[in-house]
Amino acid sequence: MAEHHAHAATHEDHEHKPQGWRRWVYATNHKDIGTMYLVLACTMFFIGGTMAMVIRAELFKPGMQLVDPQMFNTLTTMHGLIMIFGVIMPAWTGLANWMIPMQVGGPDMALPRLNNLSFWILPFAFTILVATLFVPGGGPAGGWTMYPPLMLQTGDAFPMVVFAIHLMGASSILGAINVIVTILNMRAPGMTLLRMPLFVWTWLITAYLLIAVMPVLAGAVTMLLTDHFFGTTFFTAAGGGDPVMYQHIFWFFGHPEVYILILPAFGIVSEIIPTFSRKPLFGYEAMVYATASIAFLSFIVWAHHMFTVGLPLAAQLFFMLSTMLIAVPTGVKVFNWAATMWKGSLSFEPPMLFALAFLFMFSIGGFSGLMLAMVPADYQYQDTYFVVAHFHYVLVPGSVFAIMAGVYYWLPKWCGNMYDMSLAKWHFWLSTVFVNVLFFPQHFLGLAGMPRRIPDYAVQFTDWNMVSSIGGFGFGLSQFLLPYIVWKCVRAGVPVVGNKPWDGAHGLEWELPSPAPYHSWQTPPSDAIIAKGAFH
Amino acid sequence: MMMRSIAALPAAFAAAVLAAPALGAPEQTPSGWSLLNMTQGVTDMSRKIYDLHMLIFWVCVAIAVVVFGAMVWSIVNYRQSRGAVADTTMVHNTRVEIIWTAVPVAILIAMAIPAARTLVELEDTSNTKLTIKITGFQWGWNYDYLDAGVSYFSRLDRKSDAARELGSGIDPNTVEHYLLNVDHPLVVPVGVKVRLLITGADVIHSWWVPAFGVKKDAIPGYVNEAWFDIDPDKPGLYRGQCAELCGRDHGFMPIVVDARSKSDFQAWLKNAAAQQKQAAAAAATPPQATTATPRAPSG
Repeated sequence: MAEHHAHAATHEDHEHKPQGWRRWVYATNHKDIGTMYLVLACTMFFIGGTMAMVIRAELFKPGMQLVDPQMFNTLTTMHGLIMIFGVIMPAWTGLANWMIPMQVGGPDMALPRLNNLSFWILPFAFTILVATLFVPGGGPAGGWTMYPPLMLQTGDAFPMVVFAIHLMGASSILGAINVIVTILNMRAPGMTLLRMPLFVWTWLITAYLLIAVMPVLAGAVTMLLTDHFFGTTFFTAAGGGDPVMYQHIFWFFGHPEVYILILPAFGIVSEIIPTFSRKPLFGYEAMVYATASIAFLSFIVWAHHMFTVGLPLAAQLFFMLSTMLIAVPTGVKVFNWAATMWKGSLSFEPPMLFALAFLFMFSIGGFSGLMLAMVPADYQYQDTYFVVAHFHYVLVPGSVFAIMAGVYYWLPKWCGNMYDMSLAKWHFWLSTVFVNVLFFPQHFLGLAGMPRRIPDYAVQFTDWNMVSSIGGFGFGLSQFLLPYIVWKCVRAGVPVVGNKPWDGAHGLEWELPSPAPYHSWQTPPSDAIIAKGAFH
Repeated sequence: MMMRSIAALPAAFAAAVLAAPALGAPEQTPSGWSLLNMTQGVTDMSRKIYDLHMLIFWVCVAIAVVVFGAMVWSIVNYRQSRGAVADTTMVHNTRVEIIWTAVPVAILIAMAIPAARTLVELEDTSNTKLTIKITGFQWGWNYDYLDAGVSYFSRLDRKSDAARELGSGIDPNTVEHYLLNVDHPLVVPVGVKVRLLITGADVIHSWWVPAFGVKKDAIPGYVNEAWFDIDPDKPGLYRGQCAELCGRDHGFMPIVVDARSKSDFQAWLKNAAAQQKQAAAAAATPPQATTATPRAPSG
């Protein structure tokens, strides 16, 4: 370790940083802020995960055993809000902070103080959100979608939830602005747009989605707030308002949000599969255009979340067709990943294992998504466990696995040490087996008629719920391996020799020493180095 | 025990898929491990939905076999540990890329046609013979036979209601149709196109009976339409649940539909109308009587 620091110091003119708590509270360094984002995401993952464990324990068998129905609804609501806004989104921003400056050849993020602000908003936002559990009337229980009129029945938690959402939205917008400015202005000379790694590309598009839709969510919850406190009736039929309008506004945010949660995952997988196939990414440009098409389409499919609200026939047909269309660019991506592996030279280190699991299981989520697009069939699927299975397949073995793949891929670069490979493989296999035991039976439950968001169920649903709960407990417990592996690696991992821990890796981040210096590229990399790393 | 049940899964799946149309008595619904697939239901539309579901399912399976097959092939054959050498010249191929964009488009168009056709049929609420207004409330349903002057509430039955309390000590397995039973079911005739007008009194609910392929949100300020036409030879009890989160007792507002032959239904409706008229008259006579909640007639 000492050797490494000495080694790094010779490369750096000055690496002076504030020590102790000031380093974190006053942080303007992209790596420190990235670390804080990832630590926050990991913490929230265990909080949101604990809620999921209580949910699965309650659903282990019929009858009410642990929590009262109102508390159950609060747990499902908070689980959703925390996992989306507190885990996946901060984890992506954390990875963006760590990797984008290194990957585009810049020294740091473009707007370091904004970066500090966008992170430090979040602990306050989540403190407020979690604190709602302890106020009169209990936490929010109207689902993470917060549909009125039900959401308007929330007690003292209501304004707190709205404020927390505003804070999260502000943080996301600031983070997105920083990402866009960094990518567009901090690239090294020679790093043309079509030489950028796909993680940078997908994040650039994600950032635009964030700026486009987070204000829409803010508008929706603000209208809820004024309906609740100031006598407006945006969503109240009795006053001339329209409860369905909320759903349109919410899902105009909500569907692009789905892609905000998954596009950076596409980017990470597009980095990892070529590395461990020892072959350039197949169809780089097609990948970029497919990502952009998915982002565009994400704005015109929102009402597929609302096929049962009584839309006119023409609207249902339109949203069915536009939704099915998304399968085309998504298919292109999956085919390109498969073609990247074709005639490669594959090895199966933990990042590759997670990326491969992503490929298979995200596709399963994609298939059920295609099924859900068929409006008549959707009448039977809507609001059942089939939908729960669908979105958990795209979010857990989709987004979350991609985040883990990214952590296992870049961790040696971050801390200069290699992690315990066999322990990481244990983490992979336990997660993969249990995540399927957890979510696959939920397809059966939904098709057989079990609605989602119910705390108790008819006895014929017992068997598959038990299986699902066992999978849930197994998956939950396996996740303790992740922070342990990372902690062990940072403290006492075997130092990595050379810049590249993975022989097949390409890209500017692998041209920096390990651990990466505090300020990434103080002098821009040469054109030759950039060209070597690019797929083009 | 569990191992045996899991081993029997493929057989159970086949049985569930194949035997479903043979289910004569609707009360013999499959349960436990054999609950794997959507019900075919008892209406033309529910069967069309089921067929569409199976069609798209098999299309997905076919695509999965090809795509997953290619990936598994690579994982098995192009391993570094087996001495595979990467072909680094393979970076893109316009012809292949056009094919794998065009083929999915063709498959999607082929899928969209039957889906759109079924959807148009589902939305056709013309020529209905009976109209029932359904109002969801926290937490139960109100059924109103608009032309007959019959209206009543339908809630979770008492046995389920007692057993579902936290720490009730009652084993749900001992309660018949736990959480899927109501005090007063919706009574409808078989072989008649019934139109539903669905609305919500307080928050949004959703009226769902899987066997009819009907799920429609009950939204305050909106009147949504839906319809079903049960096979003439399939009278019986059909069960469903509220499908839109509606608050604390969302999980405890089931739906039961009692489908009867046309003549039985007519007799029931006539009797119900007479009883409610009588009850209303009785309620009106004493000067300050509270308006009694109309009760569904028994039988």
